[in-house]
Amino acid sequence: MTRFLRVWAGDPPLVAGVLALSLFGVAMVYSAGVLNDPSPVTQNIWLRQAAWLLISLVAFSLLSQVPVRWIEWAALPAYVMGIILLGATLVVGTGAGTAAGVKSFISIAGFRFQPAEPAKIATILAVARLLSMKKEGPQALRELLPPIGVVGLPLGLVILQPDLGTAMAFVGILFAALYWGGTPIPLLVLLASPGLGLILSFDTGVWSFYMVGLTLSLFFYRYRLYLVESVGVVLANLAAGTIALPLWRSLADYQRNRLLVFLDPSVDPRGAGWHLIQSKVAIGSGGLLGKGFTQGTQKRLDFLPEQHTDFIFSVVGEELGFVGTMLVIGAFSFVLLRIVRLATEASDPFAGLVIFGIFGAWITHIFVNVGMTIGVFPITGIPLPFVSYGGSFLLMSWVALALAVRVTQEE
Amino acid sequence: MNLEHPIARRQRGRGGVIVVAFLMGILTLAFFRAQVLRSDDWILQSESNRLRPLPVPAPRGTVFDRNGEVLADNVPGYSVVLLPGNPDTVSVTLDRLQPHLHLTPGRLGYLKEQARLYPRRPLTVKVNAEFTEASALEERRTDFPGLYLEMRPRRRYLAGEELAHVLGYLGEITAEELEEEGFEEYEPGLIVGKEGLERQYERELQGGQGSRFVEVDAIGRIVGSFGGPAERIPVPGDELRLNVDLELQKWIHQIFPQGMQGAVVALDVEDGGVLALYSAPTFDPNDFVGGIALDRWNSLRDDPARPLFNRATLGLYPPGSTWKLATAAIALDLGVVEPDEIMPISCTGGMAYGNRIAGCWDRDGHGDVDLLGGIRHSCNVYFYQAGLRIGLERLLEEGTRIGFNQKCGIDLPSESRGNFPDSVSWWERRFGYRATEGEVLNLAIGQGPIDQTPLKMAQFYLAIARDGSAPPPRLRRTEVEPEGGWSLNLSQRALAIMREGLRGVMQPGGTAYGSSLEHWDVMGKTGTVQNPPNPDHAWFAGIVGPHGGDPEVVVVAIVEFGESGSGVAAPLVSKTADFFLRRKHGIPVDSIQTLNEHYAAGRNPLWAAHLRAGSPGVTGGGP
Repeated sequence: MTRFLRVWAGDPPLVAGVLALSLFGVAMVYSAGVLNDPSPVTQNIWLRQAAWLLISLVAFSLLSQVPVRWIEWAALPAYVMGIILLGATLVVGTGAGTAAGVKSFISIAGFRFQPAEPAKIATILAVARLLSMKKEGPQALRELLPPIGVVGLPLGLVILQPDLGTAMAFVGILFAALYWGGTPIPLLVLLASPGLGLILSFDTGVWSFYMVGLTLSLFFYRYRLYLVESVGVVLANLAAGTIALPLWRSLADYQRNRLLVFLDPSVDPRGAGWHLIQSKVAIGSGGLLGKGFTQGTQKRLDFLPEQHTDFIFSVVGEELGFVGTMLVIGAFSFVLLRIVRLATEASDPFAGLVIFGIFGAWITHIFVNVGMTIGVFPITGIPLPFVSYGGSFLLMSWVALALAVRVTQEE
Repeated sequence: MNLEHPIARRQRGRGGVIVVAFLMGILTLAFFRAQVLRSDDWILQSESNRLRPLPVPAPRGTVFDRNGEVLADNVPGYSVVLLPGNPDTVSVTLDRLQPHLHLTPGRLGYLKEQARLYPRRPLTVKVNAEFTEASALEERRTDFPGLYLEMRPRRRYLAGEELAHVLGYLGEITAEELEEEGFEEYEPGLIVGKEGLERQYERELQGGQGSRFVEVDAIGRIVGSFGGPAERIPVPGDELRLNVDLELQKWIHQIFPQGMQGAVVALDVEDGGVLALYSAPTFDPNDFVGGIALDRWNSLRDDPARPLFNRATLGLYPPGSTWKLATAAIALDLGVVEPDEIMPISCTGGMAYGNRIAGCWDRDGHGDVDLLGGIRHSCNVYFYQAGLRIGLERLLEEGTRIGFNQKCGIDLPSESRGNFPDSVSWWERRFGYRATEGEVLNLAIGQGPIDQTPLKMAQFYLAIARDGSAPPPRLRRTEVEPEGGWSLNLSQRALAIMREGLRGVMQPGGTAYGSSLEHWDVMGKTGTVQNPPNPDHAWFAGIVGPHGGDPEVVVVAIVEFGESGSGVAAPLVSKTADFFLRRKHGIPVDSIQTLNEHYAAGRNPLWAAHLRAGSPGVTGGGP
């Protein structure tokens, strides 16, 4: 029995943790459908979620039997396929539910899925493949360009949809993969610096200090960089500061408002701030022990938006209280740490990179999703792995898990 | 070091652990802050999110008549209320409600304004909606966020037209009224008394509005009620018991000359309580319940007969001969005339005053006249002389003391004050000339610058029916006689002689003999007021009681353009008094009441014989 579990699951504690979260997710999706005025959108969807969980388990079982070499070989074709799908999404894609205005879904024979989900996995495989070909980690910024390109292509396509939440997951994958690929931390910081510069450029004074600090750091770090790279970093930061305003203006109103209400929800309490306010009210009013499973008033009375998908954690907070949120965050932490452990144990560079890439995607999803419900992160449409309602997302998360445990087993 | 070296992997793994610890730590702190430290604030917010206070209107106090008959009570009605919400949503919902509730554009605008001014208060869209309207809305309630159909007690007037001017009517509180004193605790949408007793005793009748909480969803639809401790039960309005006799009021409504305008006031001699207060034409206050239809309001307002106008308390008419008793009372009070004194100038159809002749209504003259004869025959010449003895200044002084230029103080929101000069300087102020002593001749017979309400004249006759004192007439029944009256300071003898004079009016040869009654001792005074170019107004003031006993009821009637006090107003008064006293003393009510009616009905009025013999217990007697 134990042997079977080890063979089937690869890492029983990890799979057990994910399965527990998935079952908990089905329960929360059920609760999300318990409204005073039941809506056809959320009623009985827990049954579909449960069905998808079964499909996911089957997929997991199958994938965990596939030889790792196949996976390695499949990386490139899968990546190309993913890019084609993402490109196609921009042409034939449709929106769904409240995100009706974006092109994130492709419908094939009544079956609708988000190409970005498989594309994420394909990208993880592709970037892992790329980085695992070297024995040493990148030591110069320009060595980062190929992996940046590999992740940047699907990332750009996702931004065009536009789906900022999923785009963020790609960023998480990139940094995780680069990190595991041995990129020195200072290089990662320099890589991230234009993004930081972009945010700080909203205040000229702060930005000026930042730019001076950056230039000084580059000077002290000069023996690790080519001059042209340093100049490139400074130029990129200057560019970020310059395009900040036009970029801000080019954002859709709702995107701009989401950023503004992150700073102060009361600027638009009935509009963009509504989600955040109601989510915080739900979570805060849950208190220590919560209002009881299915008993959340904020949810029942429809104050919570997207309570079955992006804001399912608000339902957790309202109904199960601080104890519940801590148990769920604890479970996620356990899963994440277990993934890190798997990566540490993987002697094969490709395996380690795949596992840590998955880690990067998941921790981004978890932190951004949970963080936005409580206001520590701006609201972006990004689901919570294993818990949020959504078939293709659940399936792809389990596929990722299968890959993670599969690649480790090939020792 | 090789990247794949276990130590290198472990090092990098430590970085992953740190990131997990850092990010999950941030989340843990954020949730700890929200769910443990600040949980109370959020719980409050979630409660106020889902709970909305709703007013629960209290039933207005029931109004009873003197016999415990219900005059006004409440039946269930539906009100359409919108809960507070997003102003734009409320505005759109109002637009959508408009065709269902037949709201006028003006009303719609007013409601939107109210929603803007008081965004936190529930908005009463329509009070007392029809059942069909309410059920139509109920079916489509998902279309109307925040819609709430409220069971609200609806006022019902069991005696509508008969008591319209006494009870008044209701209406939604106006923005102006909300600013007024005494309405501080009132909220928009409340139904308040607009006229009559409904207005006078508004605060007592209103009761205390209760409140309860309902649970609403995110778009403001009510999804359930919430029975929490915050619920406040409405306190019903106080009951109101009146001196008014409903049956009497109905009787007057029935016998008042068809199509004529005027008023009847009946007062209880015992305490001055108002037994009946009637004004014709009248209206139905039930029309006002739930908001009067605009066309109905317009037709009431523009009706030349002015049905909304309470003639009994607001109508001002020259009192004519009915006022002569005031002259008599003042003269006796001042001691310028002795009760049995015969005036030096005998009536020859008039008398000379200065270089003119002041005429009597009877050109044939009344000869030598004393007080008794003067009253009985309404002899102008007698009252000219009495008036001259009093003098203009003192007449005005005493008339003012009796309150002929004051309000009686009835418990109604509006009452006219009589027109009567308060001093000689009145003519200067008014007309710019000094009054001559000759003005007293006009005033002494109730002409000239003098107009009184029927209520005031009733109050004056009340004093004669009593011991000379008259309390303010009261609609509301009280244990103690109300204060604020006045007294004529007359001796019993003087009063008895005045009454005897009045009694003579009802005796053979008296002008109102035909209106005398079988069971009751009637004392009365006719008044016919010239009203050129229109027909004369007809007055009659009556004091009625059992034979040989004290008077029990005072009735005053005026019929506009009635032409004859004795022909039109006197029967009205007699029939009113007869109806009341028969019921009071347990005598079966009959529609054949006055002497003339007996003749007309072919009945032999044997009882009329002893009228000729004079009533027992009264000395003096006259022609």
